[in-house]
Amino acid sequence: MKSYGFDGNAPQGLGRKVTSVYVYEAPVRLWHWVTVLCIITLSITGYLIGKPLPSVPGEATFNFVMGYIRFAHFTAGYILAIGLIGRLYWALVGNHHAREIILVPVWDKGWWKEFFFEVRWYLFIERYPKKYIGHNPVGQIAMATFLWVAVFMCFSGFALYGEGLGTKSWAYQAFGWVISAFGGNSLTVHNWHRLGMWSIILFVMIHVYAAIREDIMSKQSMVSTMISGFRMFKD
Amino acid sequence: METFYQAMRRQGVTRRSFLKFCSLTATSLGLGSAFVPRIAYALETKPRVPVIWLHGLECTCCTESFIRSAHPLAKDAILSLISLDYDDTIMAAAGHQAEAILDDLIKNHKGNYIVAVEGNPPLNEDGMFCFPGGEPFVEKLKRVSADAKALIAWGSCASWGCVQAAKPNPTRATPVHQVILDKPVIKVPGCPPIPEVMAAVITYMVTFDKIPELDRQGRPKMFYGQRIHDKCYRRPHFDAGQFVESWDDDGARKGYCLYKMGCKGPTTYNACSTVRWNDGVSFPIQSGHGCIGCSEEGFWDKGSFYDRVTSIPQFGVEANADKIGFTVAGTAGAAIAAHAAVSAIKSTMLKKQDLQPLDAAAPAQNKDKNEENV
Repeated sequence: MKSYGFDGNAPQGLGRKVTSVYVYEAPVRLWHWVTVLCIITLSITGYLIGKPLPSVPGEATFNFVMGYIRFAHFTAGYILAIGLIGRLYWALVGNHHAREIILVPVWDKGWWKEFFFEVRWYLFIERYPKKYIGHNPVGQIAMATFLWVAVFMCFSGFALYGEGLGTKSWAYQAFGWVISAFGGNSLTVHNWHRLGMWSIILFVMIHVYAAIREDIMSKQSMVSTMISGFRMFKD
Repeated sequence: METFYQAMRRQGVTRRSFLKFCSLTATSLGLGSAFVPRIAYALETKPRVPVIWLHGLECTCCTESFIRSAHPLAKDAILSLISLDYDDTIMAAAGHQAEAILDDLIKNHKGNYIVAVEGNPPLNEDGMFCFPGGEPFVEKLKRVSADAKALIAWGSCASWGCVQAAKPNPTRATPVHQVILDKPVIKVPGCPPIPEVMAAVITYMVTFDKIPELDRQGRPKMFYGQRIHDKCYRRPHFDAGQFVESWDDDGARKGYCLYKMGCKGPTTYNACSTVRWNDGVSFPIQSGHGCIGCSEEGFWDKGSFYDRVTSIPQFGVEANADKIGFTVAGTAGAAIAAHAAVSAIKSTMLKKQDLQPLDAAAPAQNKDKNEENV
């Protein structure tokens, strides 16, 4: 049986050896941080598009507040979408860690065993964590879910963007069908797009917490791995 | 057979008025001036296409709208022509006479007439909730549509279901395109649709003898190709970030954007902001009230008319995306804090336990060895 993690449980006493493995290649790291910036921009501007800021005084001619907010949202949306395409491409040509969050081996019994091990670890039932060079199975599922939500946000986002560009625009031609798929009233798509935003915010909260927690409790690097690319095992 | 022009002349329309009508029609259809003589020629030479106007489960607001078509000749000419055929609300004949006309029309113009449907058929209880002329409307609709060239679905009732199809839809009112599957259905949604739009769509179809270009959802692109928002005269205030914050505030007096008051202009495809109503006098936003999105699918079931981020009934009463989001994020934040606290306690305990045995193990082993030695 193929093993995904290795047993790094029992403390090995004094004389700990720090080992490091190169996990995340530069394009993966770049994608990660670009996506972080996009999500921050998209969430703030997206929230303000649904619930705009208080009105500005003066003539409409000299103000463009909503215009700039929407511009930032659309630009960040384009970057996020291009990033996703780039990331999917890298899953094909990058190292095998680049594929972990796209192709989750749900058909593998051993993978499920470790998945439940991780669940027990997060529920404080397991005493010691396992160590993973790439993602642990729970993290894999979380990341894969995020990717699908991000894809949905791109599809629904470009469908709504296409409405503004007009029915002859590329966005409406390519993604307008999403609105029909939701029944035809784009208000429904707006609602789901907003729920998508909240689900990504939820993901970010859990993601950041889990990364920092694992960094401390599993004695392996998490946060700096996404900066340097190297995973370090501290014992 | 009588042409349109002959029928108009018979109704007392002068040639001068007729040509005016042609140019108005060309303009409202978005066609160039070169099309004016073509429309005139078509109306002069083509035998008029019979239109049968059926009334299902509806409130007759489409008819009320249609007879107020602001281009006077559109009203006179088209209405006269239709009343010659069949429209049980406004035709002269009634009762058996009226139904006899309908039977004759179907027989004599087989495959060559247009069925304009106002309202929709309720399907529950074998269609007993709508029973005009002694037969369930759904059967009448199917019978008349069987030999039709095309169908026009007037208004939101026929196009989407409208108020009678709003949850829980007790009569199972069903839009026309879900009942008549084998004929082209042109949707002209709105509650009611704009009279000039109705007149222009029907004129286009009988003039050019073809269906206007439709969008993905089966609406004529010429009138439903843009949102209210795209051509709204208050749009500059939207882009500037100037909104009506509450009714009768300063922004409302200045004519700021009604987005925050729940205006559905950004999600509604219709021609109100360009064609406007009552001979171009005004439209809801111009009167200071947001668009309620009456020409959109299921507009009764999409939450309040006065919220921008509308409620999602599936998640409980008064729940909208933001309320759900804040609740979930807040709960998750609390859960994360609790989890982190437990993690910290566990780490501390593990450190104590793990470090002790290392020190304590040595004497213990020695003790064993001592025992062995003994």
